[in-house]
Formats: sequence, C-alpha cells, structure tokens
Amino acid sequence: MSPEHGVAAVTALTNYVFPNDIHVHWSLMIVLYPYITGIVAGAFIVSSLYHVFHIESLKPVSRYALVFALAFVAFATAPLLNHLGHPERALNMMLTPSPTSAMAGFGYIYAAYTIVLILEILFIYRPTLVALKKTSTGFKQKLYAVLTIGSDNVSEKALALDHKVIAFLAAIGIPMACTLHGYVGFIFGGVKANPMWATPLMPVIFLLSASVSGIAGIILSYVLIKTFTGKFIDMDCIRTLIKFLWGCFILDFVFEMLELFSHAYMATHHWEALRELYFGPLYGTFWVAQVAVFSVIPFVGLGILSLVRLPDGVVKFFGSIMSFMILVQVLLMRWNVVIGGQLMSKSERGHTVFRPEWFEKEGIFVSIIIMLLPIIFLFILSKVFPFWLEDEGAAKEQSA
Amino acid sequence: MMDSIQKEMSRDRRAFIKKVLSGSIAGSLLLVIPAGAMDLAGIPEQLPGMRDETGAFISKKRKFTFIVDITLCIGCGSCCVADKNEYQVPDGMYRTWVERYVIDDEDDVYVDCPNGGLDGYQKPRTDIPHPVRDTFFVPKLCNMCEHPSCVQVCPVGATFQTEDGFVLIDAEHCVACGYCVQACPYSVRFINPQTKTADKCSWCYHRVRKGLLPACVNVCPTGARKFGDLNDKESEVYKILHQPHVVSVLKPGMGNKPSLHYVGLRREVV
Repeated sequence: MSPEHGVAAVTALTNYVFPNDIHVHWSLMIVLYPYITGIVAGAFIVSSLYHVFHIESLKPVSRYALVFALAFVAFATAPLLNHLGHPERALNMMLTPSPTSAMAGFGYIYAAYTIVLILEILFIYRPTLVALKKTSTGFKQKLYAVLTIGSDNVSEKALALDHKVIAFLAAIGIPMACTLHGYVGFIFGGVKANPMWATPLMPVIFLLSASVSGIAGIILSYVLIKTFTGKFIDMDCIRTLIKFLWGCFILDFVFEMLELFSHAYMATHHWEALRELYFGPLYGTFWVAQVAVFSVIPFVGLGILSLVRLPDGVVKFFGSIMSFMILVQVLLMRWNVVIGGQLMSKSERGHTVFRPEWFEKEGIFVSIIIMLLPIIFLFILSKVFPFWLEDEGAAKEQSA
Repeated sequence: MMDSIQKEMSRDRRAFIKKVLSGSIAGSLLLVIPAGAMDLAGIPEQLPGMRDETGAFISKKRKFTFIVDITLCIGCGSCCVADKNEYQVPDGMYRTWVERYVIDDEDDVYVDCPNGGLDGYQKPRTDIPHPVRDTFFVPKLCNMCEHPSCVQVCPVGATFQTEDGFVLIDAEHCVACGYCVQACPYSVRFINPQTKTADKCSWCYHRVRKGLLPACVNVCPTGARKFGDLNDKESEVYKILHQPHVVSVLKPGMGNKPSLHYVGLRREVV
C-alpha cells in the first residue's frame, strides 16, 4: 500500500485489520448452508400448515412441499463437506462430539429431522406407493416394494392409523424444523467475538427468513412446474401461500431492521465498526440490494397481491416474481450475515475484502452446481413420488 | 535544526534495530537449527524444575503465564522470525505478530502491521498528517484463555485445554470447520493450508515441557516477552503480577480471562 496524502489516505491508513483476519475463512459454502437448510425448514412448514393446522387451501402443495424439502435436505451438508479441511473426519462430530460446541448438535438435529421427513413422506405416500407398486414393473416395482416397506394394507383401518402417525410426525416435525433453522442461527448468534453475529435475534431472523425462503420456493417451483407441464394451477392455493409469505416476510423484514436499529440505538463500542461495515463494504449488497430492491419491492408487492383482488394471471405472474425476489433477498441476507460478519476485523479498526472466484474449491461455479443438485434430485424424486393429487386421480381413472 | 536532530535519531535507531535484528536472528537460528535428538542434559534449564537430571519431564501442578511488556518492545520482529522458523508458518498466516501504534496530536490512532512485523519496523512512518504524540509496539500471540472460546466451540474436541493452562490443537482430530477461527476474539487462529487444520501459537508447549522458554521469549533482545510459572514465587512473572505494575489483558469484556498479560497496556490497544 503506497501512502498517499489527503483524507482518503488517512481513512485507508486507519483501516487496520488483524493479520489473520485478512483472509475470509467461511466462504460461499457457508452462505449456501443456511440458505439450503432454510428452504428445507420453510417448505416443511408449508406442509405442516395443511397437515397440522388444516389450512385446506394448501392441500394441493402439501405433499409436494415435503418432497421439495427432501430434495434440499439431501444436499444440506454438501457445502459443509466441501468446506471442511478434513471432510473424512466429518462424522467425528457425531461419534465424538464436544458437548460444549454449538456446532456439534447439527449432525443429530439434521439426522433426526431427515428421518422424520422421510417417514412422513413414506406414510403420506403409502396408499399411492401401494397403488404404483401394483401398476409398475421391473426396477420400479422393486423400488416401490422397498418404499412401502412390504405393507400393502390400505384398508380404512390401516389408513386411519397412518393418518394418526402422519399427524404425529408433522406435529413433532414443526418444532424440529424450527429447531433446525433456529439452531443454524444460533451457530452464528453464539459467536460472541463477532459483534455483528452475537445477537439473540439471530436465531429468530434465521428462522423467519427460512420460512419465507421455503414458502417462496414452493410458490415459484409450483407455478413453474405446473406451467411447463401445462397443468392446472390451483389459484386458491397460490393466494393462500402469498398471504403466508407476506405475513412471514413482514416479521422477517421488521426483525432484520430491528436488529440493525438495536445496534445503532445502543451504540456500544462495537457500533462504530458495524456502521463502517454497513455503510462501507456492505452498502451495495445490504442497503441497495437486500433492503431497497429485494425487500421493499416484495414487501409492497406481496401486500398488494394479498389485499387487492387481482386477476388470476396477474397473481400468478407477480406472485412468482415476488417469490423469486424473496429467494434472492434471503440469499443476500445469508451473504451479508456470513460474509459481512467476517469482513469486519476483530481489531474493530477496519475491514477486509472478499471476492469469490469462479473456479476454485469453494467458488461460484461449485456453488451453482450445489444449488442445482437439489433441483435435479427433485426431478428424479418426481418420477417416484407423484407431486400432485390430481395426477393420481387421473392415473386411477386410466387404470380403471 | 529540529529536523536534523530527528534525522540523526532515526538513523541511530535504524542502525540499532538492524544490529539487534541481525544479532537476534542469528541467535535464534542457532537455537532452532540443531536437528536430531536434543541432548537436554547438556542444555541449561530456562524454566526451573521442569526436568530431572536425566532430562525427563517432572509432572507438577503449574500455572504458566505470559507477560508482554509493551514499554520494552522495540518492534525488531525477532520474535516473529523465531516463531516462523520454529513452526514453518506459511506466508500470510501468523501465530504471533507485532503491531505498531502511532498516535498523533489530534488523538488519531494509526495502527499497522506489515507482514505481521516479521521484517521489523526499520523505518518510521512518514504518512501521518499531524505531529506524532506517541508511538509504541504491541506484540500479539495466543491469549491462552482460562475460558477459551475456541475450546468451547470446537465440535470434535480437537482444541483442548491442558491442566497447566495451555490451549492446544490436536491436528489429527481437527476437521478444519473454522468455528474456532470465528470464535477467537483475538484472531490468533487460522487454517493452515498445508495441514488443512486449525493452527495457532502454542506458547511453544514442546519447548516448555523440556524446561525451555518459548522461542519468541528466548530471542527477545529487550525482555519484552516474559514467560513463567505463577506457582513459582521466585519467577519473574509471579513478581510482576504481584507487584503494583500497570497490568491488563486484551478485551477483558469478552470474559475469556486471558493468561496473556500486558504491562503498560494502552487504552488504544484492541
């Protein structure tokens, strides 16, 4: 750094970063990890709104939301494994965990949640899987035999029991989904050394942003899949989802702003560094992108879509656009928290820079692949678990 | 007139630092270079009571502490050189470093640490816009906290605390998740790109166990770095911490209770 004269040089000179803080250790992978788990938790909540809280209008997506969650949960650990210096030792977190570590619980919470999710899918799909087993041949028949766990009993009594099991799984699934993502927030919120992360609001914000990303993911993918396959879109379902999305996003956005406002209002010795961060390197990604464009516009847009009776086509189109914007908002939020928090040196006298490369171990290209994997897996799952109830009706008619 | 005196002073200072630097580098190299099994019996014990006459470690309850006297540090960088040699620390990563603080008449604080202070501060800063009021050096290293955040957050227990107060890393169990790097309030940790595990200053545990001082303490030409057992009432560290010196720790509000103490610590230091 060549010394210059003038105010700009003085600002640069006071920018002291601890030597080990120049490198950002938690990269794009750690941005994707809470993003993926958030989508999982949010999608599960959509399903539970029907299965537990009996929001009937969400029935068309109730099964799909679970399969959608499964597609993402299957790859939630992919960015983590890619990030670890020694991924071959990853299971040690479960085999020899350190009980004081906020991170050590993740394996258990993640595994337990995945088991509940898979069980719920198998029980909800059981009558469908039994029917498909009868109509299919070869490998698919064997697959369905495994998935039905050998039971072809679809009597009313058996289905009633299934129903009870489903209600139970969905009920315990809600606190588990909330724990999964609230806990991910706590992994960051528990780092006292980082004033940007260390706030009890962190789990709340993570959970709320998880909910909105999950709901938005369901709306967008539902409309896209149905549109591209030329199938009927249940507008009542879309309208209800948009209302939930708006409701959750109000809470999410308000808490995000409150968190920042609290820092500014309390104005502890950390605030000076935080202000430098928010109005310095994070100005573009936080204020312009996350707040002004991808929060304010969907906030107003979803409000209008929820409150004003608009034609179906408009709701469908703008609902998808708003959902997409919400998905970007949550990704930006993850970036601003995970990367932003690390830009600020613990010297509290300056900040570093982070520019992801396209082609590196944890670069942009790998990130895109990791985000595509759940979508590809969702497509494969669609061949096994029919998403839509009406397809099944048609299939039954055909077979009859 | 004033200018010429200042020039003279800075030239003398430069020459002095150069001499100290070359002397201490040569000294530290002599100490760290000998390869093969160390014949401890022939090497004088720097920390009393650590080994018996055969050189074997004597297990005894100890409470080690590290003291940095910033009023003595001259910013020569010998400690950093010794450390890099001792551990082959990769470039751009620092187990220890020395910061230079400059405070001007406007009370603005300027801190820098080019290359972690490894090259020594051989030239004064010429880019301060106002007259300089004060300047000093602050060596940094692991704080060996009594309540270490890194040990708390490590998911596999690869970072652990020994009975005598060292916080160490088991490189054979570390998964390199980087949580400890985030959790350390003092930023002393990094992920070593060669071993792909977390790494940091260990207060030269391997040397201390053999009755030797940490490499950086050993080479410090001014005695700014001090190390010893607080349970030994004859030790220098015991005397400093039990006499009316101005002693403080970094970021006391974090609640980590560092075992690294600073004599003459200034409020500007973070």
